[in-house]
Amino acid sequence: MIQFDAVHKRFPNGTTAVHDLSLRMPEGGITVLVGSSGCGKTTTLRMINRMVEPTSGTIRVGGKDVTRQDAAELRRSIGYVIQQAGLFPHRTVLDNIATVPLLLGWNRRKARARAAELLETVGLAADAGKRYPHQLSGGQQQRVGVARALAADPPVLLMDEPFGAVDPVVRTQLQDELLRLQKELSKTIVFVTHDVDEAVRLGDRIAIFRTGGHLVQCAPPAELLARPADDFVADFLGAERGLKLLSLKTLADVPQGPAPEGGTWTLVRDAQGKPLHWASKDAELPVRPLRDSDSLLSALNESVASPTGLVARVDGDGVLTGVSSRDDIHQHAGRAHTEARVAA
Amino acid sequence: MTIDWSWIGDHTDDLTTLTISHLQAALTAVFLGLLISLPLAVVAHRIRPLRGFLLGASNVLFTIPSIAIFVLLLPVSGLTRTTTVTGLTVYTLVVLLRNTVEGLDSVPVKVKEAAKAMGTRPLRTLLTVEIPLALPVIMAGVRIATVMSISLVSVATYIGDGGLGQLFTDGFQRNFPTPVIAGVVLTLLLAVVADAALVALQYVLTPWKRRRA
Repeated sequence: MIQFDAVHKRFPNGTTAVHDLSLRMPEGGITVLVGSSGCGKTTTLRMINRMVEPTSGTIRVGGKDVTRQDAAELRRSIGYVIQQAGLFPHRTVLDNIATVPLLLGWNRRKARARAAELLETVGLAADAGKRYPHQLSGGQQQRVGVARALAADPPVLLMDEPFGAVDPVVRTQLQDELLRLQKELSKTIVFVTHDVDEAVRLGDRIAIFRTGGHLVQCAPPAELLARPADDFVADFLGAERGLKLLSLKTLADVPQGPAPEGGTWTLVRDAQGKPLHWASKDAELPVRPLRDSDSLLSALNESVASPTGLVARVDGDGVLTGVSSRDDIHQHAGRAHTEARVAA
Repeated sequence: MTIDWSWIGDHTDDLTTLTISHLQAALTAVFLGLLISLPLAVVAHRIRPLRGFLLGASNVLFTIPSIAIFVLLLPVSGLTRTTTVTGLTVYTLVVLLRNTVEGLDSVPVKVKEAAKAMGTRPLRTLLTVEIPLALPVIMAGVRIATVMSISLVSVATYIGDGGLGQLFTDGFQRNFPTPVIAGVVLTLLLAVVADAALVALQYVLTPWKRRRA
């Protein structure tokens, strides 16, 4: 666990970057720090591994005051991923990943073996290890950055806008990978971003900062979206925060019935029972079948796009299990909102 | 102007000795120049107020005419190889210091930050991250300094040294062009070969610059 107690940071030029911050970041969870630029979120992150020293207050990682430890040794025990990866251009991918193990005194062979193992963990081909960073795409470089941070298996991972410089498609992939990795590794992750959607997607808890280094609210995403502490938080989360909340709820509980037969539109299936498209006498429209794990937001979207207002539901193999109506989905969406807003 | 090939045939041993001596003087100067420049460049790179002073001082040294440097050194080290090498070293400083500082400046801040954040201490960062990344710019300086030194060694003929430069005085005094031509050709050859060797050295030292995707 990471704990901030009454932490202040004032820079020599007089600006206050972080104002009286007390915050707990639970072990094994992803805490996302969000806010517009200059709100102190990156400074907060960088104080954890002493890249920035607090003016006053204490920061503890796993119960130990960070300022009482040797800075270099502290940093080796904390993984760090930065925007555009910050890889060493003169070292191969493998040697980049092996950086911290080598600093810790592992022998080269063991460090390289560990690095090779991590290539696979982050979804890179083994032959990428011999390349230099400039020979990789932005998304691949970012994966190397994550692998490098994980190399010595630190309990804590700091991520400073790690996916800020890649295109939206790759970004979504990297976010998925991070969530998959986190399921296996259960690191204590502190993640800085200015993107609310990314925060909602990744965070177990989200801390929202306001300019001047004030923490405004720290809560799980559903709570934040349903009950923003004030107008600043509500504005920051955006006008569609109601829909964002639905992105956190799954479709599993929405009832389903049999697919309609003989209406204007029929749901055409293949031999295995997988939905192909909606068909009428003279038109065909695409169908996007959903699984139980898909979000209520996708269901809402699909029910609007579907010509019948019905959403095709499938099992893990993509075989049709039934359809859900627009009304049922709407009702569940409303209920999810009410529950989130009145929950204590 | 004709070349007396038989003179060259008779003096191959002398020519070899002079060539080696010439090269030794130049390379020693560049080596010593690097030894002095590296720490000074690190200081100039890290401590901004000192940078202007150090670079300015090396510029001033460069403006001293080469013969004057040797003359100024005579009371200290006399008519010796030390005087030759010291004089040449002073000249290499201006190029080596400036290029090393610029090389260190060219290392991306993000990369240095990353090294620090991984828990690399400052000296190790300097040796394993900053200097390797500055190497292309430093090597550009080394190449200029080397070629410059090879051409300057001849000036030390005035203090009785000068490597291949001795061929020029010999030729002029006897109004006999062959040694002068031999001296010019060998100096040029030395410069070309030394430069090519440095290019090869840089290729070996910077593998990450080779394979462009």
